[in-house]
Amino acid sequence: MGIIDNINKVFDHRIRLGIMSILVVNEDADFNRLKELLDVTDGNLASHLKALEQAEYILVQKQFIGRKPNTRYSATTLGNNEFKKHINALEKLIKK
Amino acid sequence: MSEQEYLKDISEIKSLMNRSSRFISLSGLSGIFAGVYAIIGAAVAYFFLLPKGDFVVLHSWNFKMLLGLLLLVAVLSVVTAFLLTTRKAKQNKVPIWDTTTKRLLLNFIVPLLTGGIYILIKLNSQHYGLTASLMLIFYGLALVNASKYTIGNIKYLGYVEIVAGLICAALPGYGFWFWIFGFGVMHIIYGSIMCMQEKKQ
Repeated sequence: MGIIDNINKVFDHRIRLGIMSILVVNEDADFNRLKELLDVTDGNLASHLKALEQAEYILVQKQFIGRKPNTRYSATTLGNNEFKKHINALEKLIKK
Repeated sequence: MSEQEYLKDISEIKSLMNRSSRFISLSGLSGIFAGVYAIIGAAVAYFFLLPKGDFVVLHSWNFKMLLGLLLLVAVLSVVTAFLLTTRKAKQNKVPIWDTTTKRLLLNFIVPLLTGGIYILIKLNSQHYGLTASLMLIFYGLALVNASKYTIGNIKYLGYVEIVAGLICAALPGYGFWFWIFGFGVMHIIYGSIMCMQEKKQ
C-alpha cells in the first residue's frame, strides 16, 4: 500500500479541512458561525461548502429565522468516515 | 504539499475542533471566590442560625433565613463568575456569547434545576435530612455534564462532589460539614489549581 492511498482529494484544501473539523465535533453549524471561526470571505466559504456538498460529505438545511434565511450544515456519516480516514492518512505520512 | 504544511494543517484542525466545541475562558479566580462565599455563608449559619443540639424546624424564622443565605451565596458566586469570565474572555479576545456558551449553560442548568426542584419538593414534605447530600450530588452531575464543553479539569471537581454527596448520604448528621467541604474547600482548591495553570500559560 502506498503512503498516499487514503489522502482524500476533496479535503486537499485548508478551508475544506477546517469546515470538516468543525462539523465532526459539532452537531451542526450555520454559515456565519463557520465564517467567523474560519475567518474567510462569503464567496470563498460558499464555494468550498458547495464542493463538500457535492461529494455528499455534508448536509445542507435551509430554513428561516424570522425573515432571515439561515443555512445550517452538518457532517454526513460518509463525510465523518472520510474525514477520519484522511486524518489517519495524514498522520501516517508525517510519521514516515 | 510538504510535510511542514501537513503539520500546520493538523495543528489548525485541532485548534478549530477545540475552539468550535469547547468553552475556554472559565476563570479559576471565580472558583476561589465561590468557595470563600460558601465558607462565610456556612460560618454565619453555624454561629447565628443553627440552634445548638436541636433540629431546624421548617417554617421557622431560622429556616427561612437559612434559605435566604443559601440563595445569597449562590447569586454572589454566579455574578462573580460571570464578571470574571467576561473579563477573561475580553482579554483573550474570544466571544463570550456564542453557540458553545449556550450549550455549556444548558447542559449545566438542566441537572442543577432538576436537583433544585427535587430538593424543594423534599423540603416541603419535611425530608430535610438529605439536603446537603442531594445538593452535592446534583451539582456534581451538572459539572460532569457541562465538562464536555469546557477545556480544563472541571469534570474531576464534579466527580469529587458526587462522591462527597454519596458519602454524605451514608453518614447522616454530618451534612453541614460535607457541604462546607464540597462547596467551600473543594471550590477553593480547584480554583487555585486553575489559577496556577492560567498563570503558566
